[in-house]
Amino acid sequence: MAHFTCEVVYRGIFQKNLAARITRGIVLSARRAGRWGIAFGRYGDSPQRNGIPAKDFAIVADSVEELEQNMARYEPKEVDVTICVDDTLCKGVESWAWYGLQPINRLTLPNGHVLVTSTQSADELIKDIHKKDSPYYLSIIPAKASFSGLWVYKEDHTEVRILGALAKIAPKFLTIDTVCKAISEMEWGSDLKVESAKRAYERLQSRLVKITEGDREIPYSFEKPKWWEMREGVTIPAIPVGKPIEGGEGYRPERNPYFKKFTTRTMRPVIDFDKCVKCTLCWIQCPDSCFDVTPEGLYDANMEACCGCGVCEAVCPVENCITMVNEAAFDDNKSQWEMWRDNKETYTAWLGFKINDKKHVVRSHGFRFRGQYEEELKADLDLGGAEITAGIPGENADHKTV
Amino acid sequence: MAVMTKAAPAAADEQDKEMLISGSEATAEALTLADIDVVTAYPIRPYDTVMQAIAKKIANGQLVAEYIVAEGEHSQFEIVKHASTVGARVFCGSSGVGWMYAMECLTVTPPLRVPMVAMVGNRALDDPGAFGVEHNDALVVRDLGWMLVWVDTAQEMLDTTLLAYRIAEDRLVLLPIAMSADGAFLTHSQALTMVPPKWKVQKFLPPYDRGELLLHPDNPITVAPQANEDWVIEIRRQNDEAMKRSVGVIEEAYADFRKIFGRGPENPWFEEYMTEDAEIIMVGMGTISLPMKVGIRKMRSEGKKVGLIRLRWFRPFPTERLVKALSKAKAIGVVDRDYSFGSPFNSGVAANEIRASLYNSETRPPLLSFICGLGGREVMLEDVYKATEMCYAAAKSGQSDWKTHWLGVRE
Repeated sequence: MAHFTCEVVYRGIFQKNLAARITRGIVLSARRAGRWGIAFGRYGDSPQRNGIPAKDFAIVADSVEELEQNMARYEPKEVDVTICVDDTLCKGVESWAWYGLQPINRLTLPNGHVLVTSTQSADELIKDIHKKDSPYYLSIIPAKASFSGLWVYKEDHTEVRILGALAKIAPKFLTIDTVCKAISEMEWGSDLKVESAKRAYERLQSRLVKITEGDREIPYSFEKPKWWEMREGVTIPAIPVGKPIEGGEGYRPERNPYFKKFTTRTMRPVIDFDKCVKCTLCWIQCPDSCFDVTPEGLYDANMEACCGCGVCEAVCPVENCITMVNEAAFDDNKSQWEMWRDNKETYTAWLGFKINDKKHVVRSHGFRFRGQYEEELKADLDLGGAEITAGIPGENADHKTV
Repeated sequence: MAVMTKAAPAAADEQDKEMLISGSEATAEALTLADIDVVTAYPIRPYDTVMQAIAKKIANGQLVAEYIVAEGEHSQFEIVKHASTVGARVFCGSSGVGWMYAMECLTVTPPLRVPMVAMVGNRALDDPGAFGVEHNDALVVRDLGWMLVWVDTAQEMLDTTLLAYRIAEDRLVLLPIAMSADGAFLTHSQALTMVPPKWKVQKFLPPYDRGELLLHPDNPITVAPQANEDWVIEIRRQNDEAMKRSVGVIEEAYADFRKIFGRGPENPWFEEYMTEDAEIIMVGMGTISLPMKVGIRKMRSEGKKVGLIRLRWFRPFPTERLVKALSKAKAIGVVDRDYSFGSPFNSGVAANEIRASLYNSETRPPLLSFICGLGGREVMLEDVYKATEMCYAAAKSGQSDWKTHWLGVRE
């Protein structure tokens, strides 16, 4: 009697197909060894919205009965491996309102694995991941967050590299042989993909994360009201108007206290307050009202409310006043305006460093110009990745499904 | 105009093939095997998953059928109704309020004797807008001449789709069937499923033949003329008879299914799980069976004799068989994933139907009514244990409490 449970934490829509292929691949690989399995998404994440964290699960077991035993939960309460296909999710996951902030390793079993695709080092990632009461392993597949969404599938081999890595992590359930067999027999399989899986298997490095390591922040959580405490008529109170920031000056809107939105963010705006011409466009156009008006009439993006959509950068008429930077470059949600007010020189240096850090200003999730996909594929190849052959592998297979 | 295609010759040596597919994809596999002619679609979660799966089948050239995207559920159901009268094998479906929007068409379908097969991806009715499962959507047609069947696994979805065409299109029946599948648990989970070869399906499912009811230039008829009180009650009586005749047709179809496909239940009406010696029998529909079965296995290991009856067919309701199976229990617990506000004892729909069925029985064990899992709320093992404990208490006292207990609600 044995079973194996994996979760894939991904960015809604952007990585929907990637996550589905991973969980599907896990079940099909285990099936090659005669096991039973099921792959499913967390329905509560539905409907998915761009960037909002979502989860898929795969459960495999020796027998149908044992599989049922573990399927009886709507969402597994513990997993052997947490797979995270966007390293900015290591800061935590908030799927919808009232769920609070869930650490990425929340479901990971003691001595289980957190498997992340990232170009960051383990030490950098551990700074983001919440501290856990039991030790676990952190394994990294060197890769950017793969964009493999609803409408396009970027064939960068992320799914098979993860399957190869899983064979290293849980050889009792997925051997590299069954993984390779499943990949080559699967509807989207190819020999090249088998090679990628093998390489990931051979190269995977894991590091034990001790209970003393990690982000010490206590994740926020909410108590849901009882049925008789809730307002009747399916009504919710409106969010009240805001208040001045200090000394009767400025304005900070009240925000939804049960949904902070920031775990949706993969890019964050950094603002050069010395360049700001106070045109109000960012403040007006922000779909989440995340800008606070400062007493001097500047606009400070609140990092708990910002979902990183980039509208502010797009509408800002001043060159280099608002710049979107990869979320991985930041360790906290502190006010940029307060930082600027405290010490303008330090802030300017910090700002310059963030904007000019070429590693982190790389855009994530989404294609912003024609030919970007081809450019990125070329860059991946230059980094030592495998060449992508023309067309979609397995396109002519009898059965296609994701 | 519906395109009626001839089925391609099937290779006789082909065998069942195992696939990792969702319940909706399993349904699409069955629809391909049944070679449907007309399918109408209008998106609503979770039904839309089957609509996407069929579209993919057609795009891949695996199925030739007319695929009509309607401008709403009302038209969606209306179009297939018409297509069916001219002899097309049709498929349709919806969920929650989408199914409600088609309500007028749903009411007119049974009297016209249209053997439409529809999938209802069970979804909570608005408001609030939510996606999780509740059975109230499908249940609204329970009095209208629709046959209603609930399924539990992707495999059962595939098999039941094939069975549904065979039963609905039988000349003795000619009534629509709604197959209810719990949103999320079935529509969005991929499970290992056996897909039969075409030759087996051809052996099982004869071509659709409306006979003298076919709307065709060679058979000039009028469908659905206006009628007054001189005619209506007779038409209702015809429907009543067709529903009664369906009982034998269902039994026969399942027996044939077992013969040809080598799987499927002996008892079409409900699944009995560990009921032979059960003191307490729980009753539920759909995927609620999963936490129930897991809970029952645990309780059995502690020596508690608990069993489960998972109802498949709700219309026609298997009154006699169910009463026979239930009357040997010391207490019954009915778990509804639906509600019927202001109904007798404020119970769910199944609880009251079962109470009514037992009225004619000499042995009437205490019956406890539970409502849980509404809006897709997870049914916890603790809820199963709690309900069973209450049933044990009722068995001991020999009394029903004539109340309805809500499980898993924050209170």
